[in-house]
Parts: sequence; C-alpha cells; structure tokens
Amino acid sequence: MITILDYGLGNPESVSNMIRRLGVNAVISSDKDKIEHAKLLIIPGVGHFARAMENLKSMDLLDILNHKALVQQTPVLGICLGMQLFFEHSEEGNVDGLGWIPGVVKKFNLVHPDMKIPHMGWTEVICQNNSPLFMDQEEPLRYYFVHSYHVVCGQNQYAIASANYGYSFTCAARKDNITGVQFHPEKSHLYGFRFFQRYFKFISL
Amino acid sequence: MQQLNRVIPVLTVLDGKLVKTKRFKDPVYLGDPINAIKIFNDKRVDELILLDIGLANANKEPNYQHLKEMASECFIPLAYGGGITQLHIAEKVFKCGIEKVIINSACVNNFKLVSEIARSFGNQSVIVCIDYKKNMLGTRVPYVNSGTNKIKQGILPWISAAEAAGAGEIMIQDISRDGTFQGLDLDFISAVSAKASIPVIACGGAIDKEACIKALQETNASAVAAGGCFVFKKNNRKSILINYQ
Repeated sequence: MITILDYGLGNPESVSNMIRRLGVNAVISSDKDKIEHAKLLIIPGVGHFARAMENLKSMDLLDILNHKALVQQTPVLGICLGMQLFFEHSEEGNVDGLGWIPGVVKKFNLVHPDMKIPHMGWTEVICQNNSPLFMDQEEPLRYYFVHSYHVVCGQNQYAIASANYGYSFTCAARKDNITGVQFHPEKSHLYGFRFFQRYFKFISL
Repeated sequence: MQQLNRVIPVLTVLDGKLVKTKRFKDPVYLGDPINAIKIFNDKRVDELILLDIGLANANKEPNYQHLKEMASECFIPLAYGGGITQLHIAEKVFKCGIEKVIINSACVNNFKLVSEIARSFGNQSVIVCIDYKKNMLGTRVPYVNSGTNKIKQGILPWISAAEAAGAGEIMIQDISRDGTFQGLDLDFISAVSAKASIPVIACGGAIDKEACIKALQETNASAVAAGGCFVFKKNNRKSILINYQ
C-alpha cells in the first residue's frame, strides 16, 4: 500500500492522480493504521511550515512518522513543503522540523530587484552526487516549482539535485530511505511521470 | 536575470462546455474542456487557467464534480476562477485537485476572502484577477462580474491592496483585446509589472506563443496567458485547433 499523508495542507489528490497514471493506486489518509502499513509514504504539502508542523502535532502524527521513517525505515518521499519538513529547522515561522535530514530551510535571498518571490515556474534540475533519480537523462530535466523557501543541506552528500533561481540551491535531497524534492513531480507532466517511474524502480516498488 | 517564461493557455467554460469569447461577449462553442486539457497535457504546456464565465452573474457555485473530472486529467499546474465568493467554496475547489484559485468579483472593496485563502492555503494559491478596459478618456477602468460591472477604484491601488491582502499573483485581463488577436497591452503590462512585487500574469490579445514570449521579455511580466490563439488556427481564426504554438 502506498499512503499519501493527508494532514490538511497541500494537494494530495494531484499526487494520487499522477500515481494512478502509472497504474499504481494510493490511499490518501491520516489514519495511523494506513501509515503503519504503508510500503511507501508520500508527504505532499503546500503552505506554511509552522502550520504544517502544528497540524502534524495536533493530529498526533509525529510518533508514527518518526517510527516509520527512522525505525521501520520505510521509503518516504516528501514533496515541496513535505520535503522541507524533513529538515531540522525553518526560517518560515522559525520552528523546528522533523530533523530527519541535517540542514535548515531558508528564505530565498535574491539581490536582483526584478526577481520575484516565490520562485514559480519551470526550472531545469541538475543531478548531484550521481543520484540515480536524476543521472543519465537523455534531455535536460525540467520541473514545476512554486516556493519561497529552499533547503540547505547540513552536509553536501545529502543533496541529489540542484536548480538555479538567482543562485544555485538544493532542490532534492536524500538520506537513507528518506527522499525529498522541492519541485512538484505530480504537476510536471512527462518529466514528473518519469520521475515517479524512476523513484518507484529505485525503491523497488 | 533568469526568465521563467510561463505561457499559459486559458480555457473559458460556460455551462460545462468549452467556449471562446470576443471582448467577453458572444461565446463560440468549441467542444469538451476535458478533451482540450488532455491535448494541452500532451503538448506539455507550462500551466493552465480555467475560467467558468457563467457563474459570477448567476450567483452560482462551481460545478465541483466537473472540476474534479477536469483536474484529474491535468498533470500540469491548474488555476481556476469563477464563482468563488467564500472561503469554504475555495476549499472545495482545492479539494477537487486545483492548485490556485482566481478571485475577481468577490474582492471588490473587500479583500477578506483573499486574506483568508492566503492564510489557509498559502499566498501562492490565490490569484487576484483584474479585468479592465479603456473609457472614453483613454483611462483603463476595472470591471467585475465577467466584465459587466464597472468599478470606481483605480487598477494600481487595487493591485496594492491585493498584494497587502496576501495575493500570490496578479492577473490582468484587457477586455477590449479578448479574442481579437491584436497584440497585448504591452505598455500597461510593463507599468503593472514594475509596480507589483508579486508575479504578474498578463492576458488579452496575444497572437501566438512567440508573441507571448516576446511580451515576457519586453515587460518583465512573470507570465502571459492567452485563450484564442491556443484554440484557433492561426491562419483561420474560425477553425478550431487546440495548439501551443
């Protein structure tokens, strides 16, 4: 079972639609049993970091998520805000995250007056640390982004892809069974479809 | 500086059917919107905007079931406008699988709804749309209710208020250029883009995709949206062809 975590933020339906296109069904749920038995847990999310952490706490999901990711070591995929939650701390609301990947979440610091926040639109992604999720592609990979904050990995080894908006930033990270992407593969048509294909293969789903 | 060059086809829907208007009037029937969405997916368009033009004046809520069907065929970012007058309606629209909502008539002198949506779903999820046309003196005047009601407030103060309320993007739509293929209102798009600190989507009058990209380079708008040129053939504007050229 693939479980897409529904914690009141973001658009789990879009993720579920895209996955269904790959012929795989997922359940959208905040039910602990559905989380416990997932062989892949996807954490989507669009919105405010502090609000997301509040929701996870008030829905009493922190223990089960930590157990799933760190004890059971089930594959976990975070998308956009979902990925940012994996890190230790965010400037957005100045609160701590789940702390699964060393590093912090910072607001874009853009010097060019014409460059607007959020970073919104299609941007090319560059593979880092020879990640099989982004390596050896026939054409440049482009994904849809919409975000005002980006992650900064505590150690470079956790960065698996970068993108450029004013400067180069980490747009995908991985530590053990935990993978996160800043972009929206569920809204990146063919590129997103292929991303999920590669990811599913990568985790032997 | 980096240009993200977002070029966004606009699909106008009336009573569940895909239509195209001219100057916001005389809707011409084009076909099934779901079919058009599927084609735009295959053409890998940057984003899509869906506008239901029959709701504001009818005081009706969106057709959620139809929205859900359209969204489930859309693997690119999808914004929707039409009939969103309250937070709980926006919430239902997001639940259908829509990424962004577009607010026009509901934010006349009242940006509470924009603030509420921004607070609950993030600034990036709400676009404030301003439809306008020139009056006899040549001043651009905003309109709401699908272009039928003139508003006294100026466009630039409206934009500032929308920004302050938490809008993530501003969409400006030139009613008099809608469906005319006469080119975009470049001077005004430049003025608005310079004034706004959030991304600006410009719409109305585009001839083709190349003209949209050129407008992006010339004006510093963040996106150009267009309806007619992506649903009609370039050499025959009466002949339907869903395209991205």
